[in-house]
Amino acid sequence: MPGSTPASATAELARAEAPRWFSAIGDFVHQRPLGAIGAAIVLVMVALAATAGWLAPYDPLETDYGAMLAAPDAKHWLGTDAFGRDVLSRIVYGSRTALMVGLGASLLGAVFGSLIGVASAYFGGRVDLIVQRVMDVFFAFPVIILALAVVAVLGTGAGNVILAIAAPMIPRCARVVRASALAVREMPYVDAARAAGYGHRRIILRHMLPNVMAPILIMATAFLGEAILLEASLSFLGLGVQEPTAAWGLMLRGAAVQFAESAPWMAIFPGLAISLAVFGFNLFGDSLRDALDPRLRTQ
Amino acid sequence: MKPVTRLLALAAAAWLSLPLNAQTPRNGGELVFPVPSEPPSYDGHREETFGLIHPIAPFYNTLLRVDPNDKSGTKPAPSLAESWTASADGKTYTFKLRKGVKFHDGAELTSRDVKASYDKIIFPPPGVGSTRKGQYSDVAAVEAPDATTVVFKLKEPSGSFISSLLSPYNFIYKAEILAKDMNWYEKNIMGTGPFTFVEHVKGSHVVGKKNAAYWDKGKPYLDGFRAVFMRDSAAQVAAVRGERAHIQFRGFSPAERDSIVSTLGNKVTVQESPWDCILLVGINHQKKPFDDKRVRRALTLALDRHQASQALSRIAIVKAVAGVQVPGTPFATPPEELNKLAGYWKDAEKSRAEAKKLLKEAGVPEGFSFTFTNRGIPMPYEPLGVWLIDQWRRVGLNVKQEVVEAAAYFGTIRKGDAQVFMDFQCGYIVEPDLDMYKFLSTSRNPANYGRYEDPILDALYDKQSRATNPEERKRLVRAFEKRVLDDEAHYLMTLQWHRIIPHSAKVKGWTVTPSHYLNNTLDTVWLTQ
Amino acid sequence: MARYILKRLLAMIPTLLGVAILIFLLLRVVPGDVVEARFMTQGSQFLSQELMDIERKKLGLDQPMWQQFTTWMGGLARLDFGVSMWTGGAIGEEIKLRFALSLQLALMASTIATLLAIPLGILAAVKQDTWVDYTVRVFSIAGLATPSFWLGILMILTMLTVFKWVPPMVFTPFWVNPWENLAQLIWPALAVGYRYSAVGTRMMRSAMLEVLREDYIRTARAKGLWLKLILTRHALKNAILPVLTVISLEFAFLLGGLVVTEQVFNLNGLGMLFVEAISRRDYTLTQALVMLVATIFLLVNFFVDIAYAWLDPRIRYS
Repeated sequence: MPGSTPASATAELARAEAPRWFSAIGDFVHQRPLGAIGAAIVLVMVALAATAGWLAPYDPLETDYGAMLAAPDAKHWLGTDAFGRDVLSRIVYGSRTALMVGLGASLLGAVFGSLIGVASAYFGGRVDLIVQRVMDVFFAFPVIILALAVVAVLGTGAGNVILAIAAPMIPRCARVVRASALAVREMPYVDAARAAGYGHRRIILRHMLPNVMAPILIMATAFLGEAILLEASLSFLGLGVQEPTAAWGLMLRGAAVQFAESAPWMAIFPGLAISLAVFGFNLFGDSLRDALDPRLRTQ
Repeated sequence: MKPVTRLLALAAAAWLSLPLNAQTPRNGGELVFPVPSEPPSYDGHREETFGLIHPIAPFYNTLLRVDPNDKSGTKPAPSLAESWTASADGKTYTFKLRKGVKFHDGAELTSRDVKASYDKIIFPPPGVGSTRKGQYSDVAAVEAPDATTVVFKLKEPSGSFISSLLSPYNFIYKAEILAKDMNWYEKNIMGTGPFTFVEHVKGSHVVGKKNAAYWDKGKPYLDGFRAVFMRDSAAQVAAVRGERAHIQFRGFSPAERDSIVSTLGNKVTVQESPWDCILLVGINHQKKPFDDKRVRRALTLALDRHQASQALSRIAIVKAVAGVQVPGTPFATPPEELNKLAGYWKDAEKSRAEAKKLLKEAGVPEGFSFTFTNRGIPMPYEPLGVWLIDQWRRVGLNVKQEVVEAAAYFGTIRKGDAQVFMDFQCGYIVEPDLDMYKFLSTSRNPANYGRYEDPILDALYDKQSRATNPEERKRLVRAFEKRVLDDEAHYLMTLQWHRIIPHSAKVKGWTVTPSHYLNNTLDTVWLTQ
Repeated sequence: MARYILKRLLAMIPTLLGVAILIFLLLRVVPGDVVEARFMTQGSQFLSQELMDIERKKLGLDQPMWQQFTTWMGGLARLDFGVSMWTGGAIGEEIKLRFALSLQLALMASTIATLLAIPLGILAAVKQDTWVDYTVRVFSIAGLATPSFWLGILMILTMLTVFKWVPPMVFTPFWVNPWENLAQLIWPALAVGYRYSAVGTRMMRSAMLEVLREDYIRTARAKGLWLKLILTRHALKNAILPVLTVISLEFAFLLGGLVVTEQVFNLNGLGMLFVEAISRRDYTLTQALVMLVATIFLLVNFFVDIAYAWLDPRIRYS
């Protein structure tokens, strides 16, 4: 090649040989350091949740009435709570609850929301109008009130909380996905598919859905952060996951507030955990959106 | 002895015999206190909540009252009735009313008013609800032979009849008003109490002002009171801590007390007492394996109540280890005897070993899982729930907690789906008839959600209810207790609630009792300066 | 234009009807009712079914569902919201004071959110991908990520221990004493406003970025016009609209949605009223609250739509 030196040729060769995903990650970190930080936090959280059994120094349910409300020390790095349970262990196990509820709710919300949104855009006409109206109805409920109502009907506990959190997310996802799907509907390949006689279900699932993946992905990551926050709020109100399960929002309830002055570690660390987790998901989601949105790329 | 010495000795004796706190009550001042919940209506005959008593009781009097200076909260004292007698057969009670008692509108109180009020409570006309009607099922009639006499005729003699008249909810209303509109008192106030109604701003406060024409001359000492509605306990604590409120009449948690004491030091007085409220573990006898009494006994043997008493009293409003009566009251079983019952042994290891053995005998596998249904109220349901599950875990039981919202709770329990659940009992006075009624067979007491039949237990209850000799009654109460908590383990007592009232040292003349429904007419309360 | 307005107004009606039906049914599916909530507080050993039935009849709960619904709907049409099932008091009265508080809090929080979002968003856009940009984004996302109740707990804790401040006992309305009122509400408004500014900042930043790419801006920059002039004259005008949209939409949610914030700061607002009404199964009050919040939400949406249509005639004719 004209003008290339042996050094740059070697570099070029090396680059060509490195796996593409490897260099993609490297580019990502370089171009979007915030997103990388976010991704790192998410990975740490997933790792915590996966290895909780090995990592946590104590059983999160193990009480110790001789060491109630103990300040952080060598035995209990983050102190103990009102029952003598190790705060660090409960935070580690709490990541599991947060991820489970967060992933469950956001997946549920994203999947159903997207299906509704795409179907609504695809069928158009009266179907679209009716679905829009119904979604509007759910939209008009403040998020937490809808979640409260669902919990009141179904009861408390992890499974019901997932449903309660997914409920307000479905219409929000549907609206965003519908907007993108409307654009996709006009694409020539969709027309071609219909001309070829493909059924509605096939067109929706095979042709339209994959093309609105970008906004769905962005919504899902945004939801995850919100879901974790909403779960914490519901648990804080006593309507979410229940004792003695380790859950961050639950740890902020009751004794943590009562003993906030004399034993602040009970209130500080779980809140920090929640903030960090949601922060990480949001950073990552933000950068993801920036990366996928062609209009915002830097020159 | 020389005369001077004698005089000095007499003076010394007189001085020493003065009660320690005999300061003269000072007139004046407005008592400010937060109330955690707002009354849905003003009618004491209808409501069940202390949210009514705290702000509204000062406007009314009852026929009899609980002696406000008695810490046990069990002694009857005159109020609108000056004195009373019981007939020899125990079926007729005659009350002599005070003369010169006036309602706030100036009308004079007569026996007509007392009769009309009690008729409303005991024999409500169709369409009018009376919450405590069932408590007076022994009453045949209420009569008013003359203007200052009221007579209650009973069907059967009852040792607890006088106690039932001490209910702080039995406001005496005006007969004239009741005759025109039985529901008037739901939205209006007209009583004979030490304070007159000034205003009620919804969501904010109730204000009362001193009744200058009160029948108890010299009282009330206060110029008025202000009850401020504050749902959040942190705000209530802040109000007392910041010296904007004088006292909160329900009770604070140990952490809240500590925070108030650490801020105010000797500007605060703390009064504590066992509370006539307790959480019990109810067991649905119709669900296997809980129909087997070995399993039920294992559940109570697993609980180390003595350790819990020490530990949980630091973080929750519970403290004393209790049987069926509040410790320290006349019919309570003394600790040496109580500690012989299953679940009350001092040796926790031995107790747990016995529990495990019983479970094995009954064929309950290690790691057996069941659901504990708890009520959605933070204090002290949550910490007790955590403790119970923790204790059961130590004998190999894997318990999941299902928390049901307060409004839906008893509906859920009544349906009979719950296996093991949290039940509770709160009374205005410690009296075996009231406190033990809960444990009667479900056919007799539908509010016994344990769903069991125990005729021996029922017989014991009836015998103690009719017993006139206190020692005999105590013996019967203990036999009842042993059967319900130990032999059959129908219900499990957790720990007695503990009432903690840290209040401004300026507040005098108020004595804590085991009930947060008592001693709220505020006529004996005064403020120093 | 008038036709467009009419069309949008009419579109609100089926939505409101849908909300009404949904909340009506939802409440009746939930276990327990107001009579149980009221009288079963002590586990009442002496409670009778008779008493509960009397109470139910008084409240009209024994009527068939369709009848209860039509009674309620009829009342709404006359703007009569009925009485609370818990207190028997007129619902308008119950809501008034709390509505004033929540409205004020929502306005203050939205103002703070706007005051934060616009300058920060512009800053981040102009200095895109520099450390300024990163700091702004971290700051605003931190606000989004922090649970408001935790922030509230920390705030109160700090004020208690450091400033020896004690939260006020009673709420002072603005017209009674404006300074005290603002002093009370500034802290929750900050906590909430900070949180909601994140959404606005993000929107402002992306809107600005989009505008900055426009050719005419690049031409202006090429011509050497001062950056500030460009910002204030050209870019800002186009970028601000989506931001204001987002913030006004959030405002509608702030009215009923601040449940945990109100709990932590002990504010007697709509959020707490909601929770109380639901936990007491006060059907009439809950229904009224939901309709109120939904109507406000739809009205805000409506005004935003009208503003857009007025600015962009193409929308009117779609």
